[in-house]
Amino acid sequence: MTTTPAQAGWRFKQPSVIPGFGLTLGFSLVYLTLIILIPLAGLVWRSASLGWVDFWRIVTADRTLKALEISFGTALIAAAINVVFGTIVAWVLVRYKFPGRRVVDAMVDLPFALPTAVAGIALTTLYAPNGWLGSLLMPLGIKVAYTPLGIIVALVFVSLPFVVRTVEPIIEEIDKEVEEAAATLGASRFQTITRVLFPGLAPAIITGFALAFARGVGEYGSVIFIAGNLPKVTEIAPLLIVIRLEEFNYAAATAIAAVMLAISFAMLLVINLLQAWSRKRYG
Amino acid sequence: MEVRVANVRKEFDRFPALRDVSLDIRSGELIALLGPSGSGKTTLLRLIAGLERPTTGKIFFGDEDASSKTIQERNVGFVFQHYALFRHMTVADNIGFGLKVRHGATRPSNEEIRRRASELLDLVQLSGLEKRYPAQLSGGQRQRVALARAMAIEPKVLLLDEPFGALDAQVRRELRRWLRDIHDTTGHTTVFVTHDQEEALELADRVVVMSQGQIEQIGSADEVYDTPNSPFVFGFIGESSSLPVRITDGQVWIADRPIGLSAPNHPAGDALLYFRPHDIELLDGCSGCIAGTVAASRRVAGTRRVELEIGGERQRVEIELPVDHIATQKSRIAFRPSRWKLFPVKSTGN
Repeated sequence: MTTTPAQAGWRFKQPSVIPGFGLTLGFSLVYLTLIILIPLAGLVWRSASLGWVDFWRIVTADRTLKALEISFGTALIAAAINVVFGTIVAWVLVRYKFPGRRVVDAMVDLPFALPTAVAGIALTTLYAPNGWLGSLLMPLGIKVAYTPLGIIVALVFVSLPFVVRTVEPIIEEIDKEVEEAAATLGASRFQTITRVLFPGLAPAIITGFALAFARGVGEYGSVIFIAGNLPKVTEIAPLLIVIRLEEFNYAAATAIAAVMLAISFAMLLVINLLQAWSRKRYG
Repeated sequence: MEVRVANVRKEFDRFPALRDVSLDIRSGELIALLGPSGSGKTTLLRLIAGLERPTTGKIFFGDEDASSKTIQERNVGFVFQHYALFRHMTVADNIGFGLKVRHGATRPSNEEIRRRASELLDLVQLSGLEKRYPAQLSGGQRQRVALARAMAIEPKVLLLDEPFGALDAQVRRELRRWLRDIHDTTGHTTVFVTHDQEEALELADRVVVMSQGQIEQIGSADEVYDTPNSPFVFGFIGESSSLPVRITDGQVWIADRPIGLSAPNHPAGDALLYFRPHDIELLDGCSGCIAGTVAASRRVAGTRRVELEIGGERQRVEIELPVDHIATQKSRIAFRPSRWKLFPVKSTGN
């Protein structure tokens, strides 16, 4: 088993005898160019028309930096929360058969299907200081609506299915015998989960995290209702872009968008590398 | 460690997988549970391991009642058919896992665990593969790692569930001999499940033949092969043919004639005559014999198998002849079983 083929520079994977390689590769390239590459290039092109000085001034403006910080910060926290609870939900859905399981299963997908504005309005009604939950939390000194916490709540809501649906199939694949083997070797249930099961789930969990995070960064509809949109406090970057657009300041809007694009791309790249590493290690 | 299974019954959703099974396993013995699928052999093995709990009955390890103990407390080594290795761990980590999860004073130092793992790798003849991942090993190698992992915890009993079932014939034979060697070296009480009778007969000190949730016969390879105690065991182990016969006045009759076999102690009435294809003598004339028309003849290794149709009912039996025997040219052959057994028709063992 020591004969792993040497990776000699750039080379096409040897296509199989089954035809279609050229056609499908060509189609994929054209399609990706049309759908993703050209619009993104347009974005960069547009912001480049600003010139470096202006670009830098807009991007490093206090309000822009704060908006970016809020967007990426809340998305990271929300994704982290969903990784924990989404994994638990996925585990319960796969492992236990209980009455109403199908209903719960369908409920997980609701954030996918619901228009995000509806979610935003519903959450705001609930968490507003005079809402059902908001009025209960108020005496405890916890304010959700119109604070960064509210943004996190909204993002947790919309990105939950990404984690659940990514991790679920991998949990289904777990071999029961592996757990039994761990038990016969004397491992407690906790040790089995942390040392045997979790490492196997890690790549899927990282993927789920990346998807939830990406969704959180781009989320607009549900957040703007609950956030309150105070500049430098609860104003997210996508909203700032919309504000600039409404001022017909297209250049500034695209500049902020380009920065978001760059940061998102960098973060997703890191996550992908992390995932490739864990897959190699644990796969 | 002796293992005693006492009147164990196991039901899955009210369907009995095991009905009142009792079995004594002596310390240091190598025992095979042999039976067709659905005979309950794997269920019995999993009950001993604690992976299932008996519906009724008890399992003793020595004098201790193990039935109430958890899997972790039982300290058994279990080897699964599909290895069940931890694929994100190296071979060494897999083997050391059982020691690493121990707590406090019972947990050996990391140095000690490493030493133990490489000792066991030597034992299973995989030295130098410590750093490999399971995906980088062949099936036979994986199963050896699984065995080393099970032995690392110094188990009271070693349980193997169809350990060679997923491997090809060549590797199987090799591992079979090797498992016997390991057993002789380490002396663990070992129980393994198999549906391969050759494996069971060759490897085990005693074979437990199971069928439909019950034990049919327990005995050495010689005992179960030479003196099967039920039609099932006769039919399941080795090749055999059976013919419906009738006992009258202590003589065995087929249809309207005696076949020259006497069964003085057998009650009169209908019975089934069992014999093995090679336990026959050929006869020239037929005064008291079984005679049949040759229906098919095929070469099997060093002998020729001849299929005969007997009597008006056209019952088929198989006999074995030397390849160059003159009788293979004939269209009608007369013979008489030299070793045989009668079973009353009604009692089929269930």
